Amino acid sequence: MAGLELLSDQGYRLDGRKASELRKVQARMSVFAQADGSAYLEQGNTKALAVVYGPHEVRGSRSKSLHDRAVINCQYSMATFSTAERKRRHTETLYPRSQIDIYVKILQADGGNYSACVNAATLALVDAGIPMRDYVCACTAGFVEDTPLADLCHAEESGGGTSLALALLPRSGNIALLQMDARLHQDHLDTLIEAAMTACKGLSEVLDGVVRQHLEEVSVLTRD
Amino acid sequence: MRDTPLSNCERRFLLKAIEEKKRLDGRETYDYRNIKISFGTDYGCCIVELGKTRVLCQVSCELVPPKDSRPTEGIMFFNLELSPMASPAFEPNRQSELSVTLNRQLERCLRNSKCIDTESLCVISGEKVWQIRVDVHVLNHDGNLMDAASIAAISALSHFRRPDVTIQGRDVTVFSPEERDPIPLSIYHMPICVSFAFFLEGSYLLVDPCEREERVKDGLLMIAMNKHREICSIQSSGGIMLLKDQVLRCSKIASVKVSEITELINKALENDRKIRKEGGKFGFAESMPKQRITTLKRDKAPVEMTDVEETASDIVNTTETTTEPVPSPVLVGMGTAQVGEGIVNSWGLDEEEEEDDEPQTEDTKTDEVMVISDSEEEEVVILNEVQKSKKTSKQK
Repeated sequence: MAGLELLSDQGYRLDGRKASELRKVQARMSVFAQADGSAYLEQGNTKALAVVYGPHEVRGSRSKSLHDRAVINCQYSMATFSTAERKRRHTETLYPRSQIDIYVKILQADGGNYSACVNAATLALVDAGIPMRDYVCACTAGFVEDTPLADLCHAEESGGGTSLALALLPRSGNIALLQMDARLHQDHLDTLIEAAMTACKGLSEVLDGVVRQHLEEVSVLTRD
Repeated sequence: MRDTPLSNCERRFLLKAIEEKKRLDGRETYDYRNIKISFGTDYGCCIVELGKTRVLCQVSCELVPPKDSRPTEGIMFFNLELSPMASPAFEPNRQSELSVTLNRQLERCLRNSKCIDTESLCVISGEKVWQIRVDVHVLNHDGNLMDAASIAAISALSHFRRPDVTIQGRDVTVFSPEERDPIPLSIYHMPICVSFAFFLEGSYLLVDPCEREERVKDGLLMIAMNKHREICSIQSSGGIMLLKDQVLRCSKIASVKVSEITELINKALENDRKIRKEGGKFGFAESMPKQRITTLKRDKAPVEMTDVEETASDIVNTTETTTEPVPSPVLVGMGTAQVGEGIVNSWGLDEEEEEDDEPQTEDTKTDEVMVISDSEEEEVVILNEVQKSKKTSKQK
C-alpha cells in the first residue's frame, strides 16, 4: 500500500494512535449459556468469539486420548473466508484421558486476528473454570523506520512491513508463541520483541480487569 | 501405516544423552549434519542431502493469466509432498498435520520474504504472467525436513532458467531452450530455515535434530534468515515456553549457520555452472558415488592369548563323550519307517483333548494303526495293505 504513511512525522499512525498505543479492547465473558465457557473480545475493529467445551471424554478415536493428560482441540475459523484450521496441542497434565475443545471464530478482521483469537480463547478458558497457570495474552507488533509499533491494524499489517505475533504469559515472561513474517534485520529483533512484550503485559492487565469485573457481576447476581 | 512408537527407554536414553550434551551421531549442539547439494540435468532440479534426510525439489514454469488483485506480478506456487517412501508413517494422498505445517512454513519463508522478484515475471500486464511452481518431495525422512526443504527450494530456484519470451504487440513468442538461452530468475536474497529443537522444558536446545531427537523434543523454533542477517520468518511451535534471550541467542546462531549454508549453495551452483560450460557430465547420475568399496571394518579388540592351548585341551578332556548316535530306521510297516522316538509333546496340551480327537473306532486294532504325528489338527494314519476297511485319515 504505497503512499500511505504508516508513521507520520509527529509520531501518529494511520488511526491516530501513537507508536506504542494499543487499540481499545473490550471483552465480555459468558456470552453463551450452552458452552462451558465463552468470551467475546473486540480489539479495535477486530472481533473474535471463543467457546470452550470440556473437559469431557475424548470424542472420535480412542487412540487420540493420552493416559496422563488432556488433549486440547482448537478450531479456528474466519467468518468471511471460512478457512478452518485445526491444531492439536497437548498440555495440562490435569484431566487425563479427556479432551478440551476450543472453537474460535473471527467475526470481523482488522489486523491482529490471531492475537484476538488467543485473547478470546484465554478468557473463554477462564470462564469455563479450567485452571491455568497464567493468562495467555497475544499481541502483534511491527517495525517502521526504527520505531516499533504495537498492535497493528490491517492496513499496517498488509503494508508489507514486518509483523510479529507474540503470545506471552505475563507473569513469568515466557513466550508461548512467536511468529514473524517479512524481513527484519537481526539487530532490530530485540526492540521488536520488547515492544510486543510490553504490549502483551498491558493487554493482560485489561483482560484481568475484565475477568474481575465479570466475577463481581456474577457474584452479585447469585448472592441473593 | 502407523509409525513405530518410541519406547520409553529409548526416550529416556535420548533425553539423558541430551542432558549430558551428547548426541547420537557425535555432533556438537550447534553442528549441522553433512549437507550435499546436487543438481539434475534439467535446470531447476535439485536434491539436498542433510545427513540421511533427502529432499528433491523441482521448479517449473508456465504462462497463466495473473491474479485479479495483482495484475503485474507473477505467481509463485509452492507444494511440499511427504512421499510414502520417506517414512512408513507417511500415507499417500493424506494431508497430515506435518504436511500442512511444512507447506505453510515453506510458503511463509519464501513468499512473504519476497526473495523472488515477481514483477519481472510479468509478460503482458493483466493477461499473461509466469507462474513458477516449486514442488518439493521428501525422499527420506531422518529429521529436520524444514531446513532441507528450504535449502532445496532456494537452490532449485537459483538454478532454474525460464524460457525467453518476446512480445510484439499482443503476440507472445516463447522460445525453446534450443532457440534462445533460458534466463535465470531474479532472486534478491536466499532465505534459509534453521530449526532449533527444545528439550526438557526448554532448558536444552539442539540445532538440526535428527529423527530420533525430533521424536522426544518438546517444541521447535524455526528461524528463516538470509546471509544479510535479515530475519525472514520466525515460528515457534509445540508447547514450549521461550524466554526472550533464548530467541535472541538462537537468532545469532542462525545467522552463523545461514552464512555457512549460503556459501555451500553458491559453491554448488558455481560448480554446476562450470561443468555445464566445460561440457562435462552433470546431473544426478554423476553425483551419486559409483565405485564404492564396501568392507566390514572392525576395530582391533585385544584378546588374551596366553594359555590358549592349555585351556583348549582342558575343555576337550573334561567334556563328556557324545551319546550314541540314533539307531538306524526301524521298519514299521510296508513302506513306512520310523527313525527315533520323538520327544514328548511339551506344548501343555491336555491329554484328554488329544484322546477325544481320535475316534474310538480307530483304537480297535491299534497294532496295525499307528499315529505318527501328535498334532491335534492333522491325523495321519498308516494304512496297512491288508486292512482295507480301516481307512480313516482325518485331515484338517
